[in-house]
Amino acid sequence: MVEYIKSYLGSSTTPGQAGNVFWASVYILLIFLGLSVAVIAMNWLERKILAHMQVRLGPMRVGPHGLLQPIADAIKLLIKEDIMPSQADGFVFWVAPIVVVITAFTVFIVVPFGPTHAVTDMNIGVLFMLGVSSLSVLGIVMAGWASNSHYPLMGALRSSAQMVSYEIAMGLAVVSAVLMTSLNATGTGTLSMIGIVQSQQAQQVWFAFKFFPLGLIAFFVFAVAMVAETNRAPFDLPEAESELTAGFHTEYSGFRWSLFFLAEYSAMIAVSSIAVTLWLGGWLRPFPHLLSGSTWDLVFSVLPGATFLLLGLMAFVGVFRMPKHPYFRVQTIGLAGFGVILGLIGLLLLPRLLSLCTCTSGIAGPSRAIASISL
Amino acid sequence: MQPVATTFFFYFLSGLTVIAGVLVITRRNPVHSALALILALLGQAGLYLMLYAPFVAGVQIILYAGGIMVLFLFVIMLVNIEKSQKEEQFNKQWVVGILAAVALGVLFVLVYTKGKSLFPDRVAQLPEQSNTQQIAVMLYGNYMFTFEIASLLLLVAIIGAVVMAKKRI
Repeated sequence: MVEYIKSYLGSSTTPGQAGNVFWASVYILLIFLGLSVAVIAMNWLERKILAHMQVRLGPMRVGPHGLLQPIADAIKLLIKEDIMPSQADGFVFWVAPIVVVITAFTVFIVVPFGPTHAVTDMNIGVLFMLGVSSLSVLGIVMAGWASNSHYPLMGALRSSAQMVSYEIAMGLAVVSAVLMTSLNATGTGTLSMIGIVQSQQAQQVWFAFKFFPLGLIAFFVFAVAMVAETNRAPFDLPEAESELTAGFHTEYSGFRWSLFFLAEYSAMIAVSSIAVTLWLGGWLRPFPHLLSGSTWDLVFSVLPGATFLLLGLMAFVGVFRMPKHPYFRVQTIGLAGFGVILGLIGLLLLPRLLSLCTCTSGIAGPSRAIASISL
Repeated sequence: MQPVATTFFFYFLSGLTVIAGVLVITRRNPVHSALALILALLGQAGLYLMLYAPFVAGVQIILYAGGIMVLFLFVIMLVNIEKSQKEEQFNKQWVVGILAAVALGVLFVLVYTKGKSLFPDRVAQLPEQSNTQQIAVMLYGNYMFTFEIASLLLLVAIIGAVVMAKKRI
């Protein structure tokens, strides 16, 4: 047994790729624990920050400055009575929160936390993430329909329309980042999450700053689509409190509701991690020419890459945007999704496609010219 | 990475797909049928993965399970389900049905017994790590013309849908 474990410890390749089942299970456990703690922390931070923005104190009673409040809430939700509406569709009602939670957690098996620190390195990493997170719409639609009530159904319909339409903008933004991976010396792109970060390393630039304003615009489009995908403000129409009470999970209570809650926050972290991997260099440190030397090496070895820092930052942006804006009308969201963002993305993809064509056919001159134009 | 428990996963995924496919046509409630269809499509995606075609599996999940089926559900939910549940589910076409089933069964048996020469005797070694790149080379190299025709067809379908759905353009 000890020999068996030791034989795994020596391997230095990616756990999944090398068939290193031991490390893969360790990472799965770590991610599961880390995600749960992160959800608790985000919940506490959100309540505190919102409270302070509105000149309140927020949770103060349980623990110092209400630090233990989320745990108290979790215990309360676990022992609360579980209510199912009598006319609800039993099986679908039961399976919907499970689908949402499974999809939200499954996404994390391809997130790279370091050059070898991931559960697995899939050849189709980005596609896998987009696919699995698009399945979470199903859970929401199922929940809304199975509740057999008007508010949840309206919320689910709004939510699915919004998520499906913003998936297009999200997919196109991701395509622009994947295209940038093919500007390597080898000339072949990749969809693997680790491969994408490695090509940012090879090109010596975060993709958010590649082709200067263009990469940043693509990142911005992804960030907007990301907020819309996770149904956060100002895109929280699916659970607009003033009109739909709580949207698709109005009829859910107790433990089932807490599963939706868990899934919503871990989905936020998941899409943030896609954004960090694609545009903000994953585990690569920022400003490598400025922040080099032994001191910074130590700092960045303590923090395994900048991933966690940036994840935290992006998740924080997702939270604190909430009280600042009133939400949009449905028509505005549709217009913004299809008209503006698709137009922007179209503008973005054109020069990059051109430069790609000239690159692969071996003509370096025009591509450099186009790159300088886009600079 | 060496594949693990291949036989188990093959039979598991195939069984899942077949059972879900049967559920699609036997459930009275259209929403349940749609959900079973999603399960069948996911099982199919798993089978693609087992055939070392990860790109096809990913696209299957994104397009069919995540995109098209969500729109299906969207439409079904807006339809009056009580009314559709009272409608007859099966056409009483026993003779034609049995004939078609027998023909299909005979075809299966023939393929199984005589088809050994039709198929290559072993699985082609696919480059798993560059599957996506290979598909891109095929689509934009060897099958460029076919690909463009398919995209034109899709464009026509999109324009047709808009023209039919909108009264005033």
